[in-house]
Amino acid sequence: MATTSKQYKAIGDDIWKSRTEKINAELFALTYGALVVQLIQDYEDYAEVNKQLEKMGYNIGTRLIEDFLARSALGRCADFREVGEVVAKVGFKSFLNITPTVTHSQPQPSGSRPPSQANPTGSSFILTLDENPLAEFVELPEEALEGGLWFSNVLCGVLRGALEMVQMQVQAEFLSDVLKGDESTQIQVRLLKYLEEEVPVGDD
Amino acid sequence: MAIFSLWVINKAGGLVYQRNFADGLAQLTSNEHLVLAGTLHGIHAITSRLSPIGASSGAQVIEGESFKMTIFLTATGTKFVLFTSLHETTTDSVLQRVYEAYADAVMKNPFHTPEMPIRSEGFDSRITALIGTGQS
Repeated sequence: MATTSKQYKAIGDDIWKSRTEKINAELFALTYGALVVQLIQDYEDYAEVNKQLEKMGYNIGTRLIEDFLARSALGRCADFREVGEVVAKVGFKSFLNITPTVTHSQPQPSGSRPPSQANPTGSSFILTLDENPLAEFVELPEEALEGGLWFSNVLCGVLRGALEMVQMQVQAEFLSDVLKGDESTQIQVRLLKYLEEEVPVGDD
Repeated sequence: MAIFSLWVINKAGGLVYQRNFADGLAQLTSNEHLVLAGTLHGIHAITSRLSPIGASSGAQVIEGESFKMTIFLTATGTKFVLFTSLHETTTDSVLQRVYEAYADAVMKNPFHTPEMPIRSEGFDSRITALIGTGQS
């Protein structure tokens, strides 16, 4: 396990160094900030803003996954634990140059159980973000704190969209955010179910 | 050593992109291409269930007397199919780079609707740069 997780780190580093187009971090942070503020003005409701951010993220995720797969050339993950490792060490690294710490909630006994049983629905992992490029300059006003704004909620959407495209239905949500005065920024990703291997031909 | 043609097949088995690069295969109408792509999608689904040793990602190469087709299935269910001569050696790397071009020029375009036919000059020119002269 240790070696593979090191390998993922190397893959993530490599993609970030040699195969990612970079943009100015400030431009990125300011653009996202402006977007969130505009949404707040338009909707005047923080719950709705969270929802819209998640939706936007979902749309980004469904597209971004192709870029991720094309550049990383990784195969399918054997279990949800591996998904967590890859998301943190390759996904977050290659797109945001950060590597969140992964905490798995259901440590599975080592051994070779068939994949279907090694993936009980409801397994989850928590990503702890030590830094967050989206929130570089952000201080949330009182009103937003009370309203329950998750400033970086777009990330949850990205995770949900990207994983759905590789046949995993997940629920992603923020547990805590340093912007709200919490000690750390944590996103929980919970596996709801595996979707059917290929979508049946039909109604589109 | 030649690359004849490229298909991109969406999750549902619809042909969303087709382009010829060299003569050597029968000239087909776009309708015939659509039917064949749908058929291949079905065959592929069958082959992915035939494996005697459990899970399989399905057929990867189908060879004929004068050509072979290499099927590259992505984890999202999109298929890239490359028609080449029998001894073409660059197939795998070409497919990988076609996928990258697809991710860049197609999926990142906010105005492209996923699963719909690809009409993108950017993708066309990336493919041209990758594979060479395109005809029609």
